[in-house]
Amino acid sequence: MSEIGWIVLAAAAMTYLTRAGGHLVLSRFRRIHPRVEAGLNAVPAAVFTTLVAPAAMNATPAEALALVVAALLGLRGGMFPVFLGGGLVLIAGRYLLG
Amino acid sequence: MSVVPSARRAFASEFWRGARRGIPIIVASAPFGVLFGALAVQNGFTVGEAVMMSATVFAGASQMVGIELFGKAIPAWMIVLSVFAVNFRHVLYSASFGRRTSHWTGWQRALGFFFLADPQYAETERKAEAGETIGFAWYLGIGLPMYLFWVVDAWLGALFGRLIPDTHALGLDFLLPIYFVGLLMGFRKRPLWLPVVIASGAAAMVAHAFVGSPWHVSIGALAGVVLAAAMPVGDEARKTYAESGDRAGGR
Repeated sequence: MSEIGWIVLAAAAMTYLTRAGGHLVLSRFRRIHPRVEAGLNAVPAAVFTTLVAPAAMNATPAEALALVVAALLGLRGGMFPVFLGGGLVLIAGRYLLG
Repeated sequence: MSVVPSARRAFASEFWRGARRGIPIIVASAPFGVLFGALAVQNGFTVGEAVMMSATVFAGASQMVGIELFGKAIPAWMIVLSVFAVNFRHVLYSASFGRRTSHWTGWQRALGFFFLADPQYAETERKAEAGETIGFAWYLGIGLPMYLFWVVDAWLGALFGRLIPDTHALGLDFLLPIYFVGLLMGFRKRPLWLPVVIASGAAAMVAHAFVGSPWHVSIGALAGVVLAAAMPVGDEARKTYAESGDRAGGR
């Protein structure tokens, strides 16, 4: 196999290790400390914020507007409205604002 | 009439319930899956290697970082380490996912980990938060179709990458941030949501400016998690913990 192939397989093994590893470490403990529990409960808010942060930081006005609309629609729940609303505002905004 | 067909029907209906939740995910990730295939070929991958990466790694951001580094004369171990850095957040997903799926068999969980990308994690947490059990069939429904599409996306991108339309005018390049904002809002009723968002957002932006991508993801995520863990423990949680220790034989 090519060098690229081997690197890809190593990357795949590494990725699986991260996905299995957290559980393998945590399952060695018989009970979960409340602080660990609180930390785990914060994971969605923490991670999804960091995934949005660079895009929000470097957003053009049209993109910023789309993110705000998506967030407001997200208050009501349901991913389809978020998508449709955010996407339409983005397309219109880029067309009008450049 | 017999037990087996009805069990199979229940499995199928759970699977489809999951698959329906997965449709927005497939839509949001498609532009990136195709883009990955196109960029991979531009960076010297064969079509087969591009498809193999999507099929074995199944983690979009880290795949992008990986092919980005291939173009430059960077040692292999650095590339693998960078992939690890981007994917480190999955360690946190995994720890939480294990709590949600303690009723699964070991093999089911081993397979489940493979599909544990951002959207699958988010949907699992959301379902658990609603007090529902995470069924294996439901989880496969949300993971398997997206996985198959992800692999096909890479293949299409690698084959027809040069024909990609103007993704900017169509807004396709910005679908993922919109999607992640929607996911983020879905968790706003959790304790400490706003402080965690502020801490992670600030840390991620500072890290993005001074350390650089992809490290801002791990640094930003850890900031929010550490903040939540450092907050005073409520009386109720402390009591539950003490009681669980008594049951376990104490220590």
